[in-house]
Amino acid sequence: MAEPQRNTPLLDELKKGPWPSFVTQIEEMADAGKEACDQLLRLLERSYNEKIGHWKHGGIVGVMGYGGGVIGRYNDLPEEFPAIAHFHTMRVNMPSGWFYTSDALRTICDIWDRHGSGLTNMHGSTGDIILLGTTTEHLEPCFAELTANDFDLGGSGSDMRTPSCCVGPARCEWACYDTLALTHDITNHFQDELHRPAFPYKFKIKCSGCPNDCVASIARADLSIIGTWRDRIRIDQAEVRNYAAAGLNIEREVCGNCPTKCIEWDGNELKIDDENCVRCMHCINAMPKALRPGVDTGATILLGAKAPIVEGAQLSSVLVPFMKIEPPYEELYDLIERIWDFWGEHGKNRERVGELMQRVGLGNFLEAIGVEPVPEMVAYPRDNPYIFYEEYFVEEGEEEEEEVEA
Amino acid sequence: MAVTAEQVADAMYDLIKEYMGKKKFKAADLTKAMIEKFGEDQCDKALCKQAIRLLVDSGRCVYTYFGGSYIEIPHAEGAAGGA
Ligand code: HEM
Ligand code: HEM
Ligand code: SF4
Ligand code: SF4
Repeated sequence: MAEPQRNTPLLDELKKGPWPSFVTQIEEMADAGKEACDQLLRLLERSYNEKIGHWKHGGIVGVMGYGGGVIGRYNDLPEEFPAIAHFHTMRVNMPSGWFYTSDALRTICDIWDRHGSGLTNMHGSTGDIILLGTTTEHLEPCFAELTANDFDLGGSGSDMRTPSCCVGPARCEWACYDTLALTHDITNHFQDELHRPAFPYKFKIKCSGCPNDCVASIARADLSIIGTWRDRIRIDQAEVRNYAAAGLNIEREVCGNCPTKCIEWDGNELKIDDENCVRCMHCINAMPKALRPGVDTGATILLGAKAPIVEGAQLSSVLVPFMKIEPPYEELYDLIERIWDFWGEHGKNRERVGELMQRVGLGNFLEAIGVEPVPEMVAYPRDNPYIFYEEYFVEEGEEEEEEVEA
Repeated sequence: MAVTAEQVADAMYDLIKEYMGKKKFKAADLTKAMIEKFGEDQCDKALCKQAIRLLVDSGRCVYTYFGGSYIEIPHAEGAAGGA
């Protein structure tokens, strides 16, 4: 096209730092002939000058039958920037633990070359493969090619978002359950919830194999499934002595940093008082050859994390201190269904489950989903006074009745 | 249950159509309205889920997103502008 030379001095500033720049990468695609990428750069430069954003979002875009997986984007200057009048994002469900063959990656990139801007984000904060920028006409053909190659769209909108997990037992000896198998099973088991938005708002599930929580599920998932063990940390005393001989100050670096001070080292033998161990992983991380999680393993189920939107940010809090995580995962799926039932019934529009939990109170919430209060739910001393739930629980209309009786 | 998923789907469609341009419905709103209309003994969440599936898979309705996910009758995209 006879377009004037692209001139983007403000964007060029963003190429000067020591890190890879998104500007460089979009330029590569623009120079490879993607008109959309060229216009994307011009529009961004204009926004930086004007200090005005030119994107509108939402709307009707999607593929037949699905309510999630496509995120609509339009610019408000379609005459000037016709190649990016539509610039929709497709979220593609990634494989558990993000394992690909190079062939699979090429397949995705080739499909996106044919149907979109060529720009990808590997991966988005949901964990999905993010394909950035296409038009409404390309959605169905792109989807058809993806599914023909065994890929499916992920979640978006008020649905169960694409579940994600750490690499788990595939690469990590600390995994206390098979995070990959569980994530794959959740994806298949809850297909309807993933593709047909029916919740008050989004719901994220993330699976970490141990308390190191490599997918940060405690901060980023409404439901965090974090591996743990209920027996004893396995100790190889000879390896502990090797660490000491190699110069590790066990007294200071290991015992001194144990949050509950439940480890002792007498210079020859390491003793752990497992009753008081809170499974923080510190000692295991410090001496991976000498210490390992126990063998009676499972997961702690936590609920309620979210980023700040209406209310402030929140971490998930303990719902079930220990659950065995083994196929067919009935206990876990029952719990999830009860949570969704109560949230679906009582959640306000755009209310995350963690906010609902706070609004009705943990006591009432637990009663509604049929979970017994236990001391592990107390996040801090004198916080959530769990033992008084019965007394504080007031049925709707009960107060008036009592007055009549009195 | 005497009421079929098709009947619930039709009733949902009528409701959406009646309020088109005035009010948007989420899946849960439609479900509540149908249980109220047909009665708890005739209609439950599972039946409503089936009905929504019928509406969406046939293309009579589509999912839309405006800060949350809604179910609407397909119409021209406002945000798409002249494109
Ligand atoms: C009408 C009189 C009083 C009322 C209504 C009252 C009420 C309360 C309430 C609601 C709490 C918070 C409890 C909790 O966090 O679960 C509290 C805490 C406390 N009150 Fe009182 N209180 C009264 C008198 C007193 C007096 C006279 C003292 C001491 C001489 C006192 C000492 C404390 C202490 C030490 C705490 C605990 C603070 C903490 O949790 O660290 N209170 N009181
Ligand atoms: C008028 C006298 C007293 C008042 C008003 C009072 C009030 C309180 C209050 C409000 C709390 C906090 C409870 C909570 O956070 O849930 C508390 C805790 C406590 N009180 Fe007292 N108290 C009194 C006398 C005593 C005495 C005489 C003792 C010991 C002989 C004592 C030992 C304790 C202890 C150990 C705690 C801490 C419990 C914990 O860590 O949760 N108190 N007291
Ligand atoms: S969360 Fe634990 S099991 Fe998973 S990769 Fe990280 S350290 Fe390994
Ligand atoms: S895991 Fe944490 S709490 Fe448990 S013994 Fe090791 S350092 Fe202490």
